[in-house]
Amino acid sequence: MLDRRAAIGALLADRRDLLVVAGLGSTTYDLASLGDDDRNFYLWGAMGGAAMIGLGLALAKPNLRVVVVTGDGEMLMGMGSLATIGVQKPKNLAVVMFDNGHYGETGMQASHTQGGVDLVSVANVLGRLCDVCRSTKEVERFDDAGEVARFVVDDVDHDLASRRVSESASQRGLVAAALRVGFLVVSCLFVSDELWLMG
Amino acid sequence: MSEPGSPAPTWPDEIFAVLRRSEIRQVGYVPDAGHARLIERCRAEPAMKAVVLTTEEEGIGLAAGAWLGGQRAALLMQSSGVGNCINMLSLAKSCRFPLLLLVTMRGEWAEFNPWQVPMGSITEASLRLADVTTHRVDEAASAAETVAAAADLAFNGELAVAVLIGQRLIGRKRWVE
Repeated sequence: MLDRRAAIGALLADRRDLLVVAGLGSTTYDLASLGDDDRNFYLWGAMGGAAMIGLGLALAKPNLRVVVVTGDGEMLMGMGSLATIGVQKPKNLAVVMFDNGHYGETGMQASHTQGGVDLVSVANVLGRLCDVCRSTKEVERFDDAGEVARFVVDDVDHDLASRRVSESASQRGLVAAALRVGFLVVSCLFVSDELWLMG
Repeated sequence: MSEPGSPAPTWPDEIFAVLRRSEIRQVGYVPDAGHARLIERCRAEPAMKAVVLTTEEEGIGLAAGAWLGGQRAALLMQSSGVGNCINMLSLAKSCRFPLLLLVTMRGEWAEFNPWQVPMGSITEASLRLADVTTHRVDEAASAAETVAAAADLAFNGELAVAVLIGQRLIGRKRWVE
């Protein structure tokens, strides 16, 4: 499993002009933990809205890259937005969903992804080419994504120390892969010291 | 929708002209009979991106993203869709994003579907509770100027503003295959 915060750090390590929208909860804290940036937009509410904010921004700024980083719970509340994005297909928008299988903000209750719901399949059915950094077989489709995707998979398979993600991965490659496929699911391990009980 | 046999109303085209003059670049909508003509015009306009939504609350996020990227958005919805937006309106309020909603009313004039009445009867009160300023349009002659005033108030006054278009103006629903 991947360490979520390290994985987001890897994703954004060489962000250059990347605009980032972070969904309610842990992904907002993760983004802030990397240091504030004028190109960040953090949500601490409006659950289910992150992907649509990314879409509006991507349509307004077609020459800039936009990445939405959000969790499985936030994405589940905005499932219809995957269909809306699937119709627009902006080339400069990627939704990277960090799937830890839990609702972190309310006390780590199980999310639907633990109950057999596969958001990658959902997004694929809705017309986007999607992929997941979860197993070697699934990531073979990242033909030109290079080392990053494979590294992430190796990390999952062999349970390597999470810090190796940021040390070894070609971060630009991960962003490029995310933008190419449009929707990327990164399976993450819950990090216990990041538990937030906000009710 | 006009009365059967009457000429097509021009107020939707006048509202479209106002949206163009107001430099609206993104239009989020859920398909709606009352807004059908306006949606058609927006979809055909190269300077606008018409974004079909699965639910109206998506539009609140879309408009926020557009504003972050330097563009103005308008959202077209039915009164029932206002109910779908309530929590997402906190995004506009918390961040002081401007918002322009054009709402076709249901459940208030010659309504044939009782399911439209509960939300239609609380649409304006719900918007006001959510700190959205409301303007009403009941006559075709005032539609364009009301939308123009709402756009100025939204984007220059930095407010969330909704224009409620009365069901009497929209007219009785004309069923089509």
